[in-house]
Parts: sequence; structure tokens; C-alpha cells
Amino acid sequence: MDLLASGQMAAFFSSGICIGLGAIGAAIGEGYTAAIANQAISRSPERSGDILKNMLVGQAVAESASIFALVIAILLLFMDVSGNGGALKSAALLGAGLSMGFGAMGAGIGAGFPGGQACLGISRQPQATSALTTNMLIGSAVCQTPAIFSMVVALMLVFINLGQMPAAPGWAALLGAGLSTGLAAIGSGYGGGLAAGASCEGIARQPKTVGQVTTTMLVGQAVAQTPSIFGLLVSFILMFKSFEASSALAPAMGLLSAGICMGLGGIGPGIGNGMAAEAAARWVARNVGKSDVLMRLMLVGQAVSQSTAIYAMVVSLVLIFVV
Amino acid sequence: MSIEGADLIKAAAFLGAGIAMGLGAIGPGVGEGMVAAKACEAIGKNPKEAGLLTRTMLVGQAVAESTGIYSLVVALLLLFVV
Repeated sequence: MDLLASGQMAAFFSSGICIGLGAIGAAIGEGYTAAIANQAISRSPERSGDILKNMLVGQAVAESASIFALVIAILLLFMDVSGNGGALKSAALLGAGLSMGFGAMGAGIGAGFPGGQACLGISRQPQATSALTTNMLIGSAVCQTPAIFSMVVALMLVFINLGQMPAAPGWAALLGAGLSTGLAAIGSGYGGGLAAGASCEGIARQPKTVGQVTTTMLVGQAVAQTPSIFGLLVSFILMFKSFEASSALAPAMGLLSAGICMGLGGIGPGIGNGMAAEAAARWVARNVGKSDVLMRLMLVGQAVSQSTAIYAMVVSLVLIFVV
Repeated sequence: MSIEGADLIKAAAFLGAGIAMGLGAIGPGVGEGMVAAKACEAIGKNPKEAGLLTRTMLVGQAVAESTGIYSLVVALLLLFVV
């Protein structure tokens, strides 16, 4: 096959994967926001103006993950790969599409939860409208971080200088780098959204607790982001470590497998940590006197749930550095 | 690319190790998160039993962790023994 043509082929294929996968999450998240907004308006039709405004703001934030995917997809469509084709470039471009496509999923779905719960909250507690909108914006902005990590990795893969890298096993390292951050971002984005949604619900129930609830949400979300940070770390190692050229299959499979391992392994702990943070934020609002006990329990529970992400990282690092 | 028997087996073992640990980490992560969520709920409802609930949570999570540890063991076996 003509190597120059293969670079262009990879760019087009990757562009399709990127926006195809990237469109899933935001659409679900925004649909959830709109569904709950309808519920809220049926509860209190007289506040439909505020609720509609809040719904649109929330959906706009949830949209950003898929806009990142659109940007990368358009970049891949129109970039010039004629001068520097080859297997390595093809792998880098494919990795970029996979990273951004998967990476936008969780953040898009997750950012829908605070949007919906803030709408419902406005129908319950109209005087807390501004507190709810602010908390929604903070919560859904933090949900976007895994999608931003994915975009950073995608951009690095598109523009990386492949000068020194051997084609084999370099192709597997670049593909693995994309998968690692992309897949790991799914859980963190979704989990962060669960926490943000519950905090909006809690503020609507007890507007006075807004300080403690937002703090619990942010701490919980920060811990839920760790699996995606592990994913980012493995991606960076795969992109920048120098590998010995080898035509054998095993070293390449080891590097690809390291990316898949960390990527898949980050999904569960991200969601689990988000669930713990969700319950903690919800119950801090209802029982604010015990916020310190709840925060402590949340952190212990999250630490245990994190352990499998750490196992996955250990196996990834063994695959990269030891075997 | 030259692919021979031993190389192919090693490649499959590496890929298997990554998939085993990656997929195996999903379940315990979600399950233990659920345990932590319900423990937070329970402490919110009944803060007096915080000690008992924390203990129960940790024991429950330790059991849920076991499948993650099986995955880790299988992954390490694939990497170093097979």
C-alpha cells in the first residue's frame, strides 16, 4: 500500500471515529438536562423563564466536550498529511481520534446531571436560583477536565514530532497513548457529573448549606479525576519514552496493552468515586452538622475504590518498563 | 514484521494481561463506589453508628476488591510466568 495514502486514510478514519464517539455523551447529557427541565416546568410553570435559561446554560457547558471532539475531527479532516505519511503518522492520528472520541463521552453525560438538577432545584427553591446556577457551572466545568486531558493528548498526537521514533513498536505506543487517556476519561467525567448533580439537588433542598455542599462536591470530584490523571500519565510515558526498534510483535503488543489496561482500568474507579461523592454531597446538605464525618468516610471509600485503578497503572508500567 | 511462534505467544500474553487487568478493574471500582455511597447515606441518616458503618463498608469493599485482585494475579502470571 502507498504509505502516503495510508496517512491520509488514517486521518479521515480517525476524524469519523472522533466525532462519532464524541457526539454520544453530550447528546445524552443534554437530553437528561432537558428532560428534567420539563419536569421542573411542570412543577412550577410560572418559573419557566428562569428554568429555560438555566437549562440552556447547562446544556451549553455539556456541549463543550463534543465541541472539543468536533475541533479535533475538523483538524484531522483538513490537515495536510501528504508530506509525512507512514505507519507511525497513521497510528498517531488514529490515537488522536480515539483519545478525543472516547474522552468526550463521560464528560458529556456527566455535565448533564448538574444541569438537570439545577433546573429542578429552581422550581423548588426559586430564591436559590443564582446559587444553583453558580454551583451547576462549577460542577459541570470540573466534569470537563477529563475531556480537556483527552484533547491535550489528541493535539499532542496530531502535532508530535516523530523524528526519532522507530516505526515498530512506536505505532503501538502512539495508539496506546490515545486509548489510555481516552478510555480513562469516561469514568472520571461521568463520576464527576454524579457528584455535581447531587450537590445541586442538595442545595435546592437546603440552600443554607451551599458552602459545605460545594466543598464536598469539589473534593469528591477531584478524587474522581485521579483515574484520568493516571491515564494521562501513562499516555505521556508512551509518547515520550524512547523505545528500541524491534520488528517482533511482542514489544508492540506490550505497549498497546499498557494503554488499553490503564484506559479500561480507569473507567470503574472513576464512576465508583463519583458515586461516593454523589452520596456524600447529597447527605451533607441534609445533615450538615456531620459534614466532617461524611467527608472522611467519602475519602476512605474513594481510596479503596481507587485501588483497582492503581493495580491497572502498575500493570501498565510493568508492561512499559519491565517486560 | 517477522512473527514467529514464541513471539506470537508473548504478544498474546501481553495483550491478555492488559485486557485482564483493564476490564477486571471496572467492576470493583464501581461496586466499591456503591458501597461507599450507601455508607455515606447511612451515616447521614444515623451518624451515631459511624464506627460500625465504616467497618462494615471496609469489609464489604474488601470482598468486592477480590475480583480485582484475581485480575491482577492473572495479569502478573501472564506477564512473568507464562
